[in-house]
Amino acid sequence: METSPPTLAPPRDTDEPRYDPRHHPHRPEIYGFMAEFADVTTVVAAARKVRDAGFTQWDMHSPFPIHGIDKAMGAKPTILPWLVLAGGIFGFLAGLLLSWWTNAISYPYLISGKPIWSFAANIPVIFETTVLFAAFTAVFGMLIMNKLPLLYHPLFKHRRFRRATSDRFFIVIEAIDPLFSEDKTKALLESMKPTSIEEVLEED
Amino acid sequence: MSSIPHQPDLPTLNGEPDNTGDPVSARAPLVVGRGGKHDFTSVTETVCSIAERKTPRAWWIAFFIASPLAFAFVMQIGYLFTTGVGVWGNNQPVSWAFDIVNFVFWVGIGHAGTLISAILFLFRQNWRTSINRFAEAMTIFAVICAGTFPAIHVGRPWLAYWLAPYPNQMDMWPQFRSPLLWDVFAVGTYATVSLLFWYVGMIPDLATLRDRAKSKTRQIAYGILALGWNGSSRGWLRFEKAYLLLAALATPLVLSVHSVVSFDFATSQLPGWHTTIFPPYFVAGAVFGGFAMVIFLAIPARQFFGLKDFITLRHLDNMAKIMLATGAIVAYAYMIEFFTAWYSGHAFEQFAFMNRPLGPYAWAFWIMFFCNVVTPQLFWFKKLRNNLWVLMAVAFFVNVGMWFERFVIVVTSLHRDFLPSSWAMYVPTWVDIGMLIGSFGLFFTLFLLFCRFLPMVAMAEIKTVLPQAHAHPEDAREKPQGYASALPGDKGGSH
Repeated sequence: METSPPTLAPPRDTDEPRYDPRHHPHRPEIYGFMAEFADVTTVVAAARKVRDAGFTQWDMHSPFPIHGIDKAMGAKPTILPWLVLAGGIFGFLAGLLLSWWTNAISYPYLISGKPIWSFAANIPVIFETTVLFAAFTAVFGMLIMNKLPLLYHPLFKHRRFRRATSDRFFIVIEAIDPLFSEDKTKALLESMKPTSIEEVLEED
Repeated sequence: MSSIPHQPDLPTLNGEPDNTGDPVSARAPLVVGRGGKHDFTSVTETVCSIAERKTPRAWWIAFFIASPLAFAFVMQIGYLFTTGVGVWGNNQPVSWAFDIVNFVFWVGIGHAGTLISAILFLFRQNWRTSINRFAEAMTIFAVICAGTFPAIHVGRPWLAYWLAPYPNQMDMWPQFRSPLLWDVFAVGTYATVSLLFWYVGMIPDLATLRDRAKSKTRQIAYGILALGWNGSSRGWLRFEKAYLLLAALATPLVLSVHSVVSFDFATSQLPGWHTTIFPPYFVAGAVFGGFAMVIFLAIPARQFFGLKDFITLRHLDNMAKIMLATGAIVAYAYMIEFFTAWYSGHAFEQFAFMNRPLGPYAWAFWIMFFCNVVTPQLFWFKKLRNNLWVLMAVAFFVNVGMWFERFVIVVTSLHRDFLPSSWAMYVPTWVDIGMLIGSFGLFFTLFLLFCRFLPMVAMAEIKTVLPQAHAHPEDAREKPQGYASALPGDKGGSH
């Protein structure tokens, strides 16, 4: 009985195998196309075209944040500020309850004639816990939403991609995008004047 | 997009491109050198090569001076722990001396790093991009030195964990109304948030070092530290937002830290300490002293590591101006303290202040006054602000002056309080002086290691201030939004 390899990508619009099955025990899945650009102006214009073509599963990689890329990509604003607000409120309540419960309920004692509980004397600690928890939320929220730490990514296998953290810009359209079609997507990327286009495989 | 062009040709000043001017027709560039031809590649090369090339001889020399001092610091802490706080010159009434002086001094040094990374970021001072990374590193290392002193001065340091609120068999809790406990929370939070801010900002640059690494060790080490960062734009958007939020959180935090440190003194009943001016006065002094340390580190660093194109004369000029402004606040605070003492009509308060310039520690007061009030006045003159030797000298004097300021506050207030029968002099022992020098050894050792192995300048941020970082205006039909411009009202212009 013939078994077909497991596939995650939607069916492609061609039946021609990319890989000779005689040499490969199983067919590597295509992750997407990676187009390399040399300057900001070209890559921002390209990002607009990809956005206007209606792609959703794609990203741009750059060595630094580019002004206006969120608009050019049609990216939604992040909810991180609301999470940080929640983290701050949690920190405020934690500091308030901690100092109130320990000093006024669990272990009340008089010192220097100060009241057992007063908000003013406890503001410094409450302020610090507010900032601390808000900062934790900002950092770890950002890392989690960015799926970091990331141990493996198909792009890391490409030598060219190493310049994404130095001086090159990449647009990567993933194969799981409903609009992805090997020929048309490649043609679209080619029309954007990239310096190179590479096929990215899930594994090889 | 702003239409202000970058200034193409710069005059030279002391053999360096002079970008200190403010021409009306153009914006002064923040990256100079290479005939104005720095691009993304050359920025990566210049910064990464510091961590990649063979260790320079000057680094080894500095390291072999600093690291034995750091080792001596650790040994002296061991001596203190095994023998007791009697190895210090502290006595009654001077129960706080070098330990707390050093603590306040080092916490203050840290403040300039946070000011540069957070407050100047919120004010969209783009010149901060070249100096923020190592100023933040300076903050971390200064806070490490600072945190050591209160931890070791408690007499029984193995019980220092009692400061933490945790359920215990004694059924006791920390006393949250005490300024000393506020201090634990303030410095602890400050150290944690500074570390996070520094590390988060460094992740993209660590990824650059990872992607350039040739050896397996470096690939793995930088690979782990970079957390798999791949420069995704959707990732950058969240990164920038997180960075902005951290800056917004660090700003009130840094103001609170030295305020809380000053509460250690201000909430006591001691003449010379019990004043409401302390929080703003301490914060201004911290920024003043911190910038002196930044200048003191930046000038050799740009010289020896070839960073003159990024840490330009304009950066040093701006820092000198900040020192002039905060120095003026400090000088004003000194005068107001005397006025308040006189105006209070309080005999003990008046005595405490007259005892500073005229008492047995008058020499300390006058060193402080000369270093902090007189020397910064040189910065009124542009010629002197642009002279690296003058900058180094003033920065050195201000560091000395700020240490003596804390000495004056702590020791002269304590040594003659209310009853003349309980007055006493304080004389430091060799351990006191050795630990002060040792803490500098620790600070410089950590700083040298940072310079050698980590990205010393924020490459990703420098790239955003290059003209090439922006799409051509004719193509930018949409209003840009991004990095430094996640802030309201930004024109998204090129700087």
